[in-house]
This record gives sequence, structure tokens and C-alpha cells, in this order.
Amino acid sequence: MNASKRVLPGFGLSLGISLFFISLIILLPITGLFIRAAGMGWEQFWLVVSDPRVVAAYRITGLAALAASLFNCGFGLLMAWVLVRYDFPGRRVLDALMDLPFALPTAVAGITLATLFAESGWYGGWLAELGIEVAYTPLGIIVAMAFTSVPFVVRTVQPVLEELSPEDEEAAMSLGASDFTVFRRILLPALWPAVVTGGALSFARSLGEYGAVIFIAGNSPYISEVISLMIFVRLEEYDFPAASAIAAVVLTVSLLLLLGINIWQERYLKRLHGG
Amino acid sequence: MAARHHRRVGDGPMVRRTLITLAITLTGLLLLMPLVLIFVQAFADGWAGYIGNILNEYTLHAIGLTLFVALLTVPLNLVFGVFLAWLVTRFRFPGRKLLATLIDIPFAVSPVVAGLLFLLLYGRNGWVGDWLGQYDIELMFAWPGILMVTVFVTCPFVARELIPLMQQQGGEEEEAGVVLGASGWQLFRRVTFPNIRWALLYGVILTNARAVGEFGAVSVVSGSIRSETNTLPLQVELLYQDYNIVGAFTASSLLAGIALMTLIAKTVIEWRQSHH
Repeated sequence: MNASKRVLPGFGLSLGISLFFISLIILLPITGLFIRAAGMGWEQFWLVVSDPRVVAAYRITGLAALAASLFNCGFGLLMAWVLVRYDFPGRRVLDALMDLPFALPTAVAGITLATLFAESGWYGGWLAELGIEVAYTPLGIIVAMAFTSVPFVVRTVQPVLEELSPEDEEAAMSLGASDFTVFRRILLPALWPAVVTGGALSFARSLGEYGAVIFIAGNSPYISEVISLMIFVRLEEYDFPAASAIAAVVLTVSLLLLLGINIWQERYLKRLHGG
Repeated sequence: MAARHHRRVGDGPMVRRTLITLAITLTGLLLLMPLVLIFVQAFADGWAGYIGNILNEYTLHAIGLTLFVALLTVPLNLVFGVFLAWLVTRFRFPGRKLLATLIDIPFAVSPVVAGLLFLLLYGRNGWVGDWLGQYDIELMFAWPGILMVTVFVTCPFVARELIPLMQQQGGEEEEAGVVLGASGWQLFRRVTFPNIRWALLYGVILTNARAVGEFGAVSVVSGSIRSETNTLPLQVELLYQDYNIVGAFTASSLLAGIALMTLIAKTVIEWRQSHH
């Protein structure tokens, strides 16, 4: 791997194109935002990002994203398990459906979920009888976030489950341990890093979700307004500095999450492949 | 599957049946029903109503703009993705890992923030926008702005599909090609491309699906001028807010159709790969 240094052609060309593209499309705009936000001065920046309505939006977004990713940790683990361990008619269709939330545009997901959960909708009417209101409440935000981030946990756990060697498991089973004990003692320790990775990805995605959320959320200030919408509201008021300041906070959190997930993944991949 | 002699967790018929039923029920409620609802609503006024809604002047224009943007985005990100994957998997150099991380940024950024990034830089008060304004060039609230944010949002897809595959395949075949005197282009066309074509195709399909469906970022930079800068997802929003529910779901059904084709393509490609 190290001897083959620069035998292949195209190093300069691909480095040039990649750097040019990444700088122009990714780095320059991000730098621009941070410089804009820094330009407004610390005091004003703090005033904007600690506005009570904005703080409420951070809280709502964070809590809803947490709930949605916890749901997906459970649902994702179940789906990965069923898709890898069992063979049954319709398994391929089920597997393909897992990617639907990534393939379906968020605005379409948004109006569909809003229609399903509205009081006149297929689910809404039935839930209303139980006294549960989803559409136009914070619960709706959780539903939308959970929907859009379904694939993350399934797709991170699936390959790990497929590659799991059966020896330990079979040995424990033949020694008479119960399914639940073997799952908890042998399978879960092997699977949880993947579940955490998927959950974190799902959380990061949910924090920024906009299209799917706004149709079902109701968007009342202090109650069901997510942070992406907050940025949008400031933009529509032509308050560019405020929008930039809030966006800078959101972007910083996203970048730190991305960094954290990358470091975590590297560590656990190393451990997995015997580092 | 070969006959298994050892019992594994969850092999019992009760557990098995319960888990499968639970999985199917939850997937049905959470994923399948929304899909069904889109088409039921779209055809609420029958075929004639459906066709009529699609032939709506603004919807037709939105379809055109959406296809136009996707048609430009896909080749741009295809070229970029291939070069980046080649760079990251075939050479070792300082900063290689950083580059592979940077490419993930668009996945982590909220679509609204993504739109704002471009609005700030290329909008009327932005550094670049200000300078271009002197020459009467406006990028924001027009199709170039939509194209830029779409490229941003979709640029990781091709690279992310190619990098793990090319890493796993290694560069030996290509090195053999170099020794045999192949030029760079010949190398790509004869050696690399046949090995990566399915991943490449899937990357393109994903890029296309996301390019066609991007909503948040586009909605920041478009200004949503009817029949000028309205893409299909924005048109869905507009119709929905006008209480034209059937119209909104008709437009949605086109996007859902593309999503379904994406899922089918993925299944077929995976099936092909596992049978090679």
C-alpha cells in the first residue's frame, strides 16, 4: 500500500479539481457565514442567539430530535435484526422500503404526514379517540423527525449483524442460556456501537430537519417552532444578521457532531478489526 | 441457506413470528401507508383530474425547472465525485482523511443553513454577490442560486458510494494497467469504470433523487416566484398552502414516483452485485 506511491496518474488533476470544488462549494460559504456572524459583535450576537423564542426553539428541536433518534434506535435494531436473521416472503420489499425516507423529498413527507395525522386523516381520527393529538403539536415534530431519519440505524446495524460470527452465540445457546441472556450478554455488546453511531447520525439529521417538520408542527412560537424555521423566520423579516447568528450556532453544533461521530466511528472500527 | 445445526438467538418460532409481525406492522404504518396516501390523494379526482393537475401551467414549469437543475447537478457531482474518490483511494498524502471528512459536511448541515450560506455569499449584500452585482449578474432568487445549493446538498453522494468500494478493490489492477502503458483515460475506461459502474450508477441515482427533491435549501434561495423560480417541491408547498390538496399530492406523486424508482434501482443493483 505504501510502495505504490504515485505510480498511478492523475494526482495533480484530481487534487486540483477536488480542492477547487470543496473550497468553492463547501469551505468558502461556511467561512462567509462565520465571518458575517463574527462581524456583528459579541454583545449583539449574544442578544440574538439567547432570545427567549430562539432558546425555546433550541430546546424543542433538541428534545424532539432526541426522542426521534431514541425511537429509531429501537426500530432500527428491530428492522436490522429481522432483515438479517429471518427469511420470509416480502423481505426484499421491506428492506427496500427502509430507504424510502432518504429517497422521498422532505416536503412530500411533510404534507403526507400532516395529512395522515390531521384530525380528518387516517391516523389522526383514530388517535383523537384515544385523546392523542399529533398534528400541529410537538409530537408531530417527533413523528416527522423519526420518519426522515429511519434509515440511519438500520443501515449501520445491518452490516455489523451480518458479519457477526456465530460461534460465541451458538456456544452460549448450547450451554442452555436463554435467548434474552445471550442477546444481552453477547449480541448487544457487539451491536451497540453501531446503534450509537446510527442514533447519532439520526440525531444530527433531525436537528436540521425542516421540510418534513414545518407542515406538521403547527409552528407556534415557544411551543412547536424548530430552529431551522427560526432561521427562516428571521430571513423573512430581512433580519440577515440574526439569521446568520442563529445559523452559526446551528452550524457549529452540526460540525461538532459530525466530528464527534467520525472520531467515535474510527475508534470503534479499529477495535472491531482488532487494532 | 445451508441447514443450520446450532440454535441461535431468536430461532424459536414464537420469537421469530412476533418479531417479523412487529417489523412488518411498524414499517407498514410508518413507511408504506404514507406512500399509499400520496397516490390515493393524487387520484382523488380520478385520472382526468390527475392529468389536469399535472398540466397546470405552474406545475409544468416547476417540472421543467426541476429537471433542468437535476440535469446540470448530476454531471457536475459525477465528475467531482469520481475525481475525489480517485484522489482519496489511490494516493496517500497528508490531509487525505480531512478531505474525506470535509465531503461529509453537506450531510450534516441543515438545509436552511445551507441555503443561507449561499444567500450570504452570493446574495446582493454578499462579497461575491456585491461584486457580480456591478455587472448586473444576479445569482440568488434565480436558477443559478438553486443550482448552487443543489450541488452543495448533493455533492457527497457519488464520492460516498465510490470511496468504500474503491478502497476495498485497491489499486493493483490500475497499476498493472500503467505498467502495460495505458494512459489515464484508458485506465479509467477499461479498468476502473467496469469495476465501479454499479456503485457509480447508484451514486448518480441518489444524487438525482436528492437534487429533484431538495426543499429547505432551495426555498431559501429561490424566492418562490411562480413559474420562474419554483421547483417541484416548492410547488408542492405552494399548492398545499393554497388548500389545493389534490394538486399538491399530484405534484408529490411525481416526486414519490422518482423515489420509488430509486428504491427499485437500488434493489436491482444490489442484487446484480451480489450475483457477480
